[in-house]
Amino acid sequence: MAGRGRGVGAFTFNIEALGIGRGSMPEARVGPSPLFPSTDFKPVPLKASEDEDYMLALKQEMRGTMQRLPHNIKLQSNKSEVERYTERYLKQSQTEDEEWTPDWKLFPRELMPKKKQSRAKTAGTKKKTVKIACKDAADVLTKLDELAKKDNEKSDDETEKKKTGEEDGEDEVEAEDFEEEDIEEDNDYIESYFDNGEDFAADSDDNMDGEATY
Amino acid sequence: MTVQEVRLCGLLLQEHFGEVVEKVGTLMLKNGAQNLRTILHETGMSVDLVKKSLCVLVQHGACLFISGRKGPGSPTEYRASCDQILRILRYPRYIYTAKTLYGDTGELIIEELLQRGHMTMSSTVKKVADRLTQNMEEGRSMDYSEVSSAFSSLVETHFLQRCPQLGGAAMKEGTAPADAVTPAAPAAPASTAPPTAESFSDCYKVPQVTLIGRGKRQLASEDGEDQRNAKRPRMDSEVHGDEGIYWQVNFERFHLHFRDQAIITAVANKLDQTSSEIVRTMLRMSEVTTSPSATCTKPLSANEIFRSLPAGYNISRPILDQYLTLLVDDPMEFVGKAGESGGGMYVVNMHKALTNLARATLESVVQERFGSRSARIFRLLLRKRHLEQKQVEDFAMIPAKEAKDMLYTLLSQNLVQLQEVPKTPDYAPSRTFYLYTVNQLSTARMLLQNCYKTVANLMERRLFETKDSKRLLEKSQRIEAILASLQASGAEPEQLTEVEEMITAPEKQQLDALRLHINKLDSAENQVDETIFLLESYINSTATSAS
Repeated sequence: MAGRGRGVGAFTFNIEALGIGRGSMPEARVGPSPLFPSTDFKPVPLKASEDEDYMLALKQEMRGTMQRLPHNIKLQSNKSEVERYTERYLKQSQTEDEEWTPDWKLFPRELMPKKKQSRAKTAGTKKKTVKIACKDAADVLTKLDELAKKDNEKSDDETEKKKTGEEDGEDEVEAEDFEEEDIEEDNDYIESYFDNGEDFAADSDDNMDGEATY
Repeated sequence: MTVQEVRLCGLLLQEHFGEVVEKVGTLMLKNGAQNLRTILHETGMSVDLVKKSLCVLVQHGACLFISGRKGPGSPTEYRASCDQILRILRYPRYIYTAKTLYGDTGELIIEELLQRGHMTMSSTVKKVADRLTQNMEEGRSMDYSEVSSAFSSLVETHFLQRCPQLGGAAMKEGTAPADAVTPAAPAAPASTAPPTAESFSDCYKVPQVTLIGRGKRQLASEDGEDQRNAKRPRMDSEVHGDEGIYWQVNFERFHLHFRDQAIITAVANKLDQTSSEIVRTMLRMSEVTTSPSATCTKPLSANEIFRSLPAGYNISRPILDQYLTLLVDDPMEFVGKAGESGGGMYVVNMHKALTNLARATLESVVQERFGSRSARIFRLLLRKRHLEQKQVEDFAMIPAKEAKDMLYTLLSQNLVQLQEVPKTPDYAPSRTFYLYTVNQLSTARMLLQNCYKTVANLMERRLFETKDSKRLLEKSQRIEAILASLQASGAEPEQLTEVEEMITAPEKQQLDALRLHINKLDSAENQVDETIFLLESYINSTATSAS
């Protein structure tokens, strides 16, 4: 092939032998084929029979029912929208939206929605334990105080002063007790401040039902 | 999974389960098995919604979950099954088949099960009985036992099967062993593979169900009644003895039935009604003995066939022999001869039948798309396997220029392949044979993808049409609702006509046109699915017979 002028006869053989002759070649195509080519042949009409009609009805019915079943999950639309007149009537036909409780034996456990009730319960017990802990600590403190005072009593000489002191001390102890109880009632702040992380967003998702239903 | 399949699955999911499920489903189809956290991350939706969608998919068998695939303690993985989602397209056909085989009761049973994925026998029977009662005349009702017997016969013929129970592996997956849900979990093998329905023995065993009563009629007009009905399901905690045993539709069995029907109708079209009855008898006899994936049925002797022919057909023994010879000689090769004993042993060759049906489909596609002369070339190539261009022109008896045009069109559409056979290793064009050939399997695959695309396009078009005249549809719906409520409250006929006239004549015309279009599109979807079924079963049968 080398040394031949370009253009003329790029082939070293007679292309007629391949059956590709002059004028017998279809026109070369330029560019991609059109998106909507004109069809030379019209499509065959659809089969029409009773079976087909029935299946068509079944299909449309199926579609309608499936859209009304609870399995069809809709995006939560904005509730703020004004209720439209049409919806009032549409709702009537679509209220057969029953709840669907899957049998959790057949589903992975992690898909089960968390129950709000149980969570509230655990939170309650947590609070109690916290309270008890507070009380315990206060008890210990008072006991220590008392012991310290008793020690003082023993070491001190018996004077009138000490009697009054003792009385004062007792008063103080009572006062302290009182105070402790007050604190206990008042230190709700501390309890609510105490956050073990489990309560997170417990109040925010009101849509979580106690039942695991959809 | 191809792009077309994913697109079609997405559309089907959206139409039946809503946008949210569609989003989750498509993501899983695209990315394969994933755990919950990944899905959450990828979709960016709320935990609640994703969980719900997964539940819906699992409920309908469209999603499988495996726990501990990557060792014990690894998170549960979810995988969407494309095949299962594409089955949605065939739902009308399943329901219709159930109707033809088992009447209205069978139809409703299958319909309920398809709508809800899986259900217990008792709840299905109750629902179906209620629905049947609803459609009966006043004062009559459907007995539960009748529906139960229909249900049992559907199970006996394997059209229904039990859902695979969750294996022991998944049971153990729960964090605390103390809160195991059922101590009476079946002793399923704790394998990592998802349990298949066939894997346990009593998959077609109907449990003892105590169901006594009749279908109840819902009285929608009275409020009090309505409330009671609404509450009933929750109050209704009677034990029927089949709790925890769920049933699903056995699609494979339906497909076998469709396949047999396709063969029978093909024989009826090719030969005549009588021969199709003979083939039907043969298929029915071998239904039990032949495994679903076998390439041909167990051999049946002519004597056996003669004895099993339905009594109504007056086919004498010599005529039967003649018919059988005729069937064996037919080029479609539906029936083959396996031996001479017992008056001749005959088999129905499933694989050959499917191959020939698929081939006929391909041929007719070429004929309708490119004309009968292109189809001639296509058939020629199918029969002669490999042909040079010159030979094609000669054998097809088409002028060289036109033949080339057609051949190249077919080649560019991938319906025809080109095979080079060089005489020397340098592939010099002068010393190379260019052979045209048709590879039926790959062409069928391509056509199948085209079918998926077609259905997706049809659906898209339908959605567009409905969206275009949404306002009109809403209006007509509203007026229908008003009419219904007026009729219920006993309004006067003038009032009714007044409301009816709210839709003007042109609007009515528009609505009628829309309905016509949508019906056409829906019907087309159904009919394309028939082609899809044929091609799918051909491809599957080739895959099983090759392995």
